[in-house]
Amino acid sequence: MAETTVDGPLGLLAELTHACPLSCSYCSNPLELTKRSAELATADWHRVLDEAADLGVLQSHFSGGEPLLRRDLVELVGHASSLGMYTNLVTSAIGLSRPRAQALREAGLDHVQVSIQADEPVLSDRLAGISSFDKKIEAARLVKELGWPLTLNVVLHRQNIDRVEAILGWVEELGADRVELANTQYYGWALANRSALLPSREQLENAEKVTRAFRERLRDRTDVIYVIPDYYSQYPKPCMGGWGDRQLVIGPEGNAWPCLSAHELPLPKANVREHDLEWIWRSSPMFTAFRGTDWMSDPCRSCDRREVDLGGCRCQAFQLTGDMTRTDPVCVLSPDRHIIDEAVAAANDPAAAEPVGAVPVGSGPVGLGMPELAVRPHRAD
Amino acid sequence: MTGTVPLTGRPALARFVKMRFDKARDRQVLLGPETVVTLNPTGADILGLCDGTRTVADIVDELGRRYDRVVDDEVTQFLAQLVARRWIAIEEDTRG
Repeated sequence: MAETTVDGPLGLLAELTHACPLSCSYCSNPLELTKRSAELATADWHRVLDEAADLGVLQSHFSGGEPLLRRDLVELVGHASSLGMYTNLVTSAIGLSRPRAQALREAGLDHVQVSIQADEPVLSDRLAGISSFDKKIEAARLVKELGWPLTLNVVLHRQNIDRVEAILGWVEELGADRVELANTQYYGWALANRSALLPSREQLENAEKVTRAFRERLRDRTDVIYVIPDYYSQYPKPCMGGWGDRQLVIGPEGNAWPCLSAHELPLPKANVREHDLEWIWRSSPMFTAFRGTDWMSDPCRSCDRREVDLGGCRCQAFQLTGDMTRTDPVCVLSPDRHIIDEAVAAANDPAAAEPVGAVPVGSGPVGLGMPELAVRPHRAD
Repeated sequence: MTGTVPLTGRPALARFVKMRFDKARDRQVLLGPETVVTLNPTGADILGLCDGTRTVADIVDELGRRYDRVVDDEVTQFLAQLVARRWIAIEEDTRG
């Protein structure tokens, strides 16, 4: 049976909290954020990390919300590190003081990823919803000073994609070892704000040209990861490298997911408070629902690409069609592709919202320039 | 595209790279930012000797003794790949 031969996950994404000092309009957290009072306790996370290590997890990514808001972060990193895991902090860098950073270093933290919203404070602070740019730059320098490899994470969208060259200027200036330029994926908050976020084809082509030149010039110093926006692709992405194949996400309340958008799907929840991780990974309906290719219907079932893109993204299929078993609408072979085409056409309509150049300098608090944005709260309670 | 590695250089794992045994899958792996590299037994042997003290020539000699065959191309090509990814740092020999 498939269940007994399934290999263990390589990576665990631990979303320790949904609380965050930032309020980005493309946040990947659920629309319904978990309250702080409902978060797993330190002892729960210890057990989860133990079970993850037994299952074969080699890397743990501490994320959120803002993981630095968890008082037990240093302890949890230390525990994962003692289990031999490669530990990674995914942070806004707000709250990464020198003492905290040094404590994390001593606890064995291996790698830090700092999010960057733009190349300069006015736009960056507007996108993040809080004055944060200067703190991020300072924290990124601290990461390098303490000897960590530094990754800068940049989510690209209509409002900052024209700034890629200047953003890459910071990547070079800060001596980042890696940069992830990830075009927004449209789930949750980002889907609610899609018309303000989806770039035009021209914006994308310019960004890709700039990125290629940078990658070529700094190939000996910096790894450049560029994630294309799937709305502009012909075929869908093989989400997470396969459902329940390599990665495991655990949310603040202990729910386990095959990917960080799967909380949207109408599948029975699998919670680490009720089940051990081995059962969740190997046997829970959440993780077995779309493992492999048996679940597929046409056009995927009979398609030559079924082992390549694995039917695409279940979350995208569900969000755009209401049916999580359908082919990802991004696929040109999908009967639902018109949904994507309409969004792309709107983003390329000359009458669409002006891209970033039109953002008034010093436009003040979040949302003022973009009245239709759904604004993510900092926390749920 | 990969370059070459000097036989007099002293290779060591980059500071941010960890090598460990993956018990669940019974193999040696290299861990780095967002990456897991599976090592075959020869690769694991080569990296096990990259301690920043031995030169590439020393490593070739040692493996030649262990396996009773010539391994220099295998060693230098393997190391060159990892140098290109910055997972191996090579200190050039300045001690003569």
